[in-house]
Amino acid sequence: MIAFWILAPVMVVAALGMVLARKAVHCALLLAVVMISLAVLYAVQDAPFLFAVQIIVYTGAILMLFLFVLMLVGVDASDSVVETIRGQRLASVLLGLGFGVLLVLGVAQVSVGTVVGLSEANAGGNIEGIAAVLFSTYFLAFEVTAALLITAALGAMVLAHRERLTPKATQADLAAQRMRDYAEHGKHLGPLPPPGVYARHNAVDTPALLPDGSPAPTSLSRVLTARGSTLSPPGSATQVERIGGSDEDVAPRDDAPEGGAGR
Amino acid sequence: MSETPFLVLSAILFTIGAVGVLTRRNAIVVFMCVELMLNAGNLALITFARTTGTLDGQIAAFFVMVVAAAEVVVGLAIIMTIFRTRRSASVDDASLLKY
Repeated sequence: MIAFWILAPVMVVAALGMVLARKAVHCALLLAVVMISLAVLYAVQDAPFLFAVQIIVYTGAILMLFLFVLMLVGVDASDSVVETIRGQRLASVLLGLGFGVLLVLGVAQVSVGTVVGLSEANAGGNIEGIAAVLFSTYFLAFEVTAALLITAALGAMVLAHRERLTPKATQADLAAQRMRDYAEHGKHLGPLPPPGVYARHNAVDTPALLPDGSPAPTSLSRVLTARGSTLSPPGSATQVERIGGSDEDVAPRDDAPEGGAGR
Repeated sequence: MSETPFLVLSAILFTIGAVGVLTRRNAIVVFMCVELMLNAGNLALITFARTTGTLDGQIAAFFVMVVAAAEVVVGLAIIMTIFRTRRSASVDDASLLKY
């Protein structure tokens, strides 16, 4: 019972956080907390087989599938806060509160009599007991489950499969496309410039300098620019000094051109 | 070890999952809330298995897990297909049947 009183608040808080968290990845991680705690509660209640199945199937397979799809769809696809139906959020929270209070009160008042416990049913081992029931009483349901799994796998393959409508571009096609871009739009033919290398700072977030001293935007990764985590060339050295603590006497730098790109 | 606290916890988790399904707009998060509701049901089933002293509740929870796995596979494939055509995972955007 100690495990229950420790895990129950954790689970309720994690579940509430799942409903409230804006980012889908946070929801998935909080759901993992709830599921692992549930697995421990199964173990407490004499269900070691379902404890293992819960961890392997739910946390191992289903949550990983969720995370895969989240990565495909885009991690920062956060929820919109716009309500399509006015007052829907408030109404559903009120409805949920009423439903929850009714359900909890109802469940708390019902008594199922004395708790028998599973020590007799689990006498020959929990897995052996489950197997004995599963392969006798529930044999037909178990067989139908096989059909369900095959149908689900086929359905997922049919849904996720995408037919290629255009032929795949070969290396020769890509080279021809580059030459055409150069001839028609004057797009640079060679590889992109590397990021800037200075005496005190060289990292992929520092742009290289063009001959006229302005930073070259093509020398940075598009992702870094979109995130806004890039440095401007002369600014970077002073930032390094500030982290080091010697804010006052920044020596004049010899690696950035005078009057170069602004901070 | 009485069964009421487990059943109350199961009811609370089910309610939170239901509220999540009603309020969230991201299809994947809605799906996760459905999973939470299924898990709450499983907890109640396993608690009942202990109170009655038979293993049928555990078998039922096992079947719920199998069905949930199949459901997640197909559901996520549908979400992927919708995302591919509409570039959005919001449940509000898939409303073409309305018009």
